[in-house]
Amino acid sequence: MDINEIHNLLKTVFEDAIGEVKTDKPVDPYIFVEAGKINVISFFLRDEERLQFDSLSCLSGVDYDKDNLAVVYHLYSFALNQKLVVKVLVPKSNPVVPTVSDVWATANWHEREAFDMFGMTFEGHPDLRRILCPEDWEGYPLRKDYKVQEFYNGMKVPY
Amino acid sequence: MGLLNKLDAHVEQFESGNIIITTADKLMNWSRLSSMWQMFFGLACCAIEMMATSASHYDLDRFGIIPRPSPRHCDIILVSGTVTLKMATRIKRLWDQMPEPKYCLSMGSCSNCGGPYWEHGYHVLKGVDRIIPVDVYVPGCPPRPEALLEGLLKIQEKIRSQSLAKHEAKKI
Repeated sequence: MDINEIHNLLKTVFEDAIGEVKTDKPVDPYIFVEAGKINVISFFLRDEERLQFDSLSCLSGVDYDKDNLAVVYHLYSFALNQKLVVKVLVPKSNPVVPTVSDVWATANWHEREAFDMFGMTFEGHPDLRRILCPEDWEGYPLRKDYKVQEFYNGMKVPY
Repeated sequence: MGLLNKLDAHVEQFESGNIIITTADKLMNWSRLSSMWQMFFGLACCAIEMMATSASHYDLDRFGIIPRPSPRHCDIILVSGTVTLKMATRIKRLWDQMPEPKYCLSMGSCSNCGGPYWEHGYHVLKGVDRIIPVDVYVPGCPPRPEALLEGLLKIQEKIRSQSLAKHEAKKI
């Protein structure tokens, strides 16, 4: 199935929860999805006969614009050799996304990394701790407005 | 064994053999600089060069430098690579566990001063000398094995110039 067929199929099942499809080159075509429904939609993407996205290649956080963070899901189907990119936007004021770690186990550590770097909360995640930074780290380093702390554990951080 | 060559001055040898006279400092320094056991851990790409230096082509073993798995066995710590703030607390702990006298060699730009991460590396310690005292800095990114060897020879020189009495004085 190509991106438009997938989009139409999702649209018939989830209606308003599916946003528009973007096919601007050179990036892979992607579909915007309502953040709150990502878990249900992911189960559908994995289990539907015509989609079979059995693998989550990558889950990344993005500091999308002034008010929003984004989570990007790169999916791949080994069974049908097709790919799909799904994006969700969440407001920086309340960045909560349902977890997909119960759909693809890969998402567990990827979501922890996104949480570590961007600070969005993955609702329902079994073990949402920082994965790269130390546990007592302050702030979320990959946000564009991140300011490095002056001292960490008595060690001066800036040059 | 080359013992006599290494001890050079202040050595008196008797013709009947098996007896030599030297100073305690010379003997201690010779034995210490000939068996600098190395704290075994690598942090980044410098560790690859460190391993290359340990391997048969450059052969650190000929200087008596062998990697040890415990800081309590070690005389020298080779900080080879990027010191992240997360790792820095561990390095400090390992350093504190090493028995005196101990030496630190900082290998490569990262552990000298933060290297390429000096400005935007929010997670990188800008120089390992911010947490432990460094005896020799080896520049390079990463340094070639020859450069690391020269750094180690500099530490040997430093040990050769020390004395038991002076070392005690330094501690205070």
